[in-house]
Amino acid sequence: MDSVKKTALFDVHEKLGGKVIDFAGWALPVQYEGIIEEHEAVRNAAGMFDVSHMGEVEVKGKDAFAFVQNLVTNDVATLEDHQILYGMMCYEEGGVVDDLLVYKLNSESFYLVINASNVDKDYAWMVEQSKGYHLTLENVSDRISEVALQGPVAQEILQKVVDVDLAEIKFFYCNPNVTIAGAKCLVSRTGYTGEDGFEVYTENENIVKVWETIMEAGKGKGLKPAGLGCRDTLRFEAALPLYGNEISKEITPLEAGLGFFVKLGKDNFIGKDALVTQKEAGLPRKTVGFEMEKGIPRHGYDVVVDDKVVGVVTTGYFSPTLKKNIGLALVESAYAEMGGALGIQVRKKVFPATICSKRFYQKNYKK
Amino acid sequence: MKVLSGLYYTKDHEWVKVKGNVASVGVTDFAQNSLGSIVYVELPEIDEAFEAEDSFGTIESVKAASDMLMPVSGTITEVNDELENDPSLVNSEPYENWIIKVTLSDASELEELMNAEEYEAYCNEEA
Repeated sequence: MDSVKKTALFDVHEKLGGKVIDFAGWALPVQYEGIIEEHEAVRNAAGMFDVSHMGEVEVKGKDAFAFVQNLVTNDVATLEDHQILYGMMCYEEGGVVDDLLVYKLNSESFYLVINASNVDKDYAWMVEQSKGYHLTLENVSDRISEVALQGPVAQEILQKVVDVDLAEIKFFYCNPNVTIAGAKCLVSRTGYTGEDGFEVYTENENIVKVWETIMEAGKGKGLKPAGLGCRDTLRFEAALPLYGNEISKEITPLEAGLGFFVKLGKDNFIGKDALVTQKEAGLPRKTVGFEMEKGIPRHGYDVVVDDKVVGVVTTGYFSPTLKKNIGLALVESAYAEMGGALGIQVRKKVFPATICSKRFYQKNYKK
Repeated sequence: MKVLSGLYYTKDHEWVKVKGNVASVGVTDFAQNSLGSIVYVELPEIDEAFEAEDSFGTIESVKAASDMLMPVSGTITEVNDELENDPSLVNSEPYENWIIKVTLSDASELEELMNAEEYEAYCNEEA
């Protein structure tokens, strides 16, 4: 693991007994105690994740708003200062460059949070798209660390160590001037688990004391360090998409069922024409949820109907919360009807599956 | 990491306990620990015959599915049905919870496997 990058929390993970793996070029813990234990901690109490591998890009200047509005599928014009939205950057053809969070600090300053595995590609894409706009773009990923504190008692824990009233940070809003353990942090009520919780951004040099201060505050509250293993099972149960699984260059946001985050009524954004055309023509493929009695579905398994491959499993698991085998699949639209029967190719056998709602787990946000 | 003496071991982290002509096969403590929480064990049919190193079943953790390979050639005489209801037994007691029992078709194949000392050294190298 010599070539992989380490986050500023690497030594903390080692000390906590984290099982460190190479994730998108980063040495990060897949688990500490166990994926199921950590998953349950987040659903029932709280878990803290090191997500310092995520990328951050600052957009500043008088054209910052116009640039971001053209860059992403969602409508940035609806944002107040300190409000956040989720959206996608698309190619002209409608496929996805990446999904991201857009933080509006003010109309001339935006903070874009992107996936670790896509940082270089995304930044190059942004630079290319920024031609003609008066603004500066800065990829600050290498100096910013991030932790995500998630779960129903996240607020109670974090409140003990911050100098602001967290109740004033509403869902998908942030406060860029919060002090934790003497360190200046940006705190947002966001996350990737389907639970209430916060994401905390700060300079690398501060993150160890921020982590340790929050951990200390969580003693006796059921807070556990949580690895990337349960981050994936948690986001999946809440049907939150993962780049490379549910969305990619080859899968449009409409096919992924993310039309809510694509404002086709907006003046313009990159990929709009292709997406409008796709919507008018009818989607060739749709993303469905399914469950199965026997066999655990996994990313990449074929979906088979009458001996014909009609789709692919984008994510699947034995769900730790629901104790069922469930999955998301991208299938030809003719096979996407609610309640419909599919087959999932699990190694040598095809097991029956039934299409169900993607809302496997009812999100537990404080709005 | 627990290694029991008197058993045979494979490089794929299975243990083999021989009694007469019948071998019980399970996965080792090292294996269950590196897999993490086991959520499913797919078992073969009774009377199925396999060659050594054939895949006879699958063990699935939250994260991934891994093949289990036959340590020796043989025919399945019993499968541990209890694991279908509670696969986590493999995590809690890996050496108590055998997965299959097979009649050996060639007992000399056992000589190819590791003993406890050799296996322990092998794990230390892997870790």
